[in-house]
Amino acid sequence: MEQINQADTAWMLVSTALVLLMTPALAFFYGGLVRNKNSLNTMMMSFVALGVVGVTWAVLAYSLVFSEGGPLLGGLANLGLAGVGVEPKGTIPHVLFMAYQGTFAIITAALISGAVVERMRFGPYVAFIVLWTLLVYAPVAHWVWGGGWLMTRGVLDFAGGTVVHINAGVSALVAALVLGTRKDYGRQAVLPHNVPFTLLGAGLLWFGWFGFNGGSALAANELAALAFSNTFLAPMATLLVWTLLDYFRTGRATAVGAATGIVVGLVAITPAAGFVSPGSALALGALAAFPSYFAIALRSRTRIDDSLDVFAGHGIGGLTGALLTGILAQKVWNGAGNDGLLYGNPAQLGVQALGCLSSAAYAAAMTFAILKAMAFVTALRVVPRTEGVGMDVSQHGEEAYASGEGSILIHPEMASSAPEPLPAFTPQVAPR
Amino acid sequence: MKLIVAIIRPDRLNEVLEALYLAEVRGLTASRVLGHGGETERVETYRGTTVKMDLQEKVRLEIGVSEPFVEVTIKAILGSARTGDVGDGKVFVLDVEQVYRIRTGEKNEAAVTPAVAAN
Repeated sequence: MEQINQADTAWMLVSTALVLLMTPALAFFYGGLVRNKNSLNTMMMSFVALGVVGVTWAVLAYSLVFSEGGPLLGGLANLGLAGVGVEPKGTIPHVLFMAYQGTFAIITAALISGAVVERMRFGPYVAFIVLWTLLVYAPVAHWVWGGGWLMTRGVLDFAGGTVVHINAGVSALVAALVLGTRKDYGRQAVLPHNVPFTLLGAGLLWFGWFGFNGGSALAANELAALAFSNTFLAPMATLLVWTLLDYFRTGRATAVGAATGIVVGLVAITPAAGFVSPGSALALGALAAFPSYFAIALRSRTRIDDSLDVFAGHGIGGLTGALLTGILAQKVWNGAGNDGLLYGNPAQLGVQALGCLSSAAYAAAMTFAILKAMAFVTALRVVPRTEGVGMDVSQHGEEAYASGEGSILIHPEMASSAPEPLPAFTPQVAPR
Repeated sequence: MKLIVAIIRPDRLNEVLEALYLAEVRGLTASRVLGHGGETERVETYRGTTVKMDLQEKVRLEIGVSEPFVEVTIKAILGSARTGDVGDGKVFVLDVEQVYRIRTGEKNEAAVTPAVAAN
């Protein structure tokens, strides 16, 4: 008999708010890494997900992930939140479970934006994340969490290493390839305009991640405490190793490196948080620095303009975390989990690899299909001239750091004689 | 000797610097300025307040050159700063009475000839 537990409910209420905060945090993390003239657009790409992905989740996606269905996709029983009330779902109210899971869908879609910043038109981006949530996120989340085929196979993914990070990372790589490079990529230095924003974002992401991983126990219990502590430990080790790598390779410990190291550590511990010991979490965090660090270094020498290294951070970081879960997991820490390779169950590593590969392949194919289909209907990116002017003015009619000098107030009564705003979309359409 | 003053779009600055470098023009001063050259007004909206941005950000380059470099410099700027839209900017060429290089006290032609590193 399922019954509501008040302690669990209290912790999950807090966790939901914590995870929701991660999307504005991501906006700051990404916003600081782009150029001044594109900073508002980059931040809006995260903020807009709070609206459109949130509504998509409530109306349709929640049902596709969590209502009774087949091994590949859920059903339509909870369409438009039908049947989602305050009755127990586990030990918390159903409606709270729906809200908590919704915050994951929102940030996952927003993560992809880092690969397409400074060039993708805002309208098509919004359409893309809605389609992506329905066609990529919903099925994969159902496979792993909603009773789908990967859950049946015993893939261990505590808080979304596969569903969130591999999924978003691989989709980001494909999106960067389909959109092509920014006009200035590889031709001139494109520098972060506000590194303090990036550090602020990394700090807030870490804070929110306690809800992301700690809340994934869906209860206020020992498991939540384990996941919480592992979320505390792993990024510390990653930050340390990342900074040392920075220091030994360039002679300087960089702030952007520190911020990136924190996020990579958080990504890597996500699938493992509730399955490994705190000692293993430290080891996992330390090991996770290497693949992502070198992936970023290599990527910037290629023609792949995954502008903010979503693939190297989340794709590679998520993959490392998911595989290390298959090595370091221990049943003594979580009876609902399984032992990993080091604890006498090498098969778990194979299951983890299957989970990674299948979701990566699916995400890559579907993202490619969605973007190519959209490109038949509309241009995905702005013309080079508009890229030069910047996305803030062209897409939003605002500047991040407007001085007001030389601006003339237009009174409403003058509005009829006022010049029309620069239309953000139509005249800047690139030839397909 | 001439002083070439060019007002250009900020987003063309990198192209212009590249063109000047390829034309072997060395030594310039750049500053951010506000200006208006008859381009279409840009309209922005903040909390329901609509404003017309009458002055737009531009970059002002100042380059002191010797006679043989005047044409080269102008050509490099015209070729690289142009987008074809109103608001691309201007190039002014001014006569210069005297130029001194502060470090050495060199005067005129010698002062605008790029310094060769001593070692």
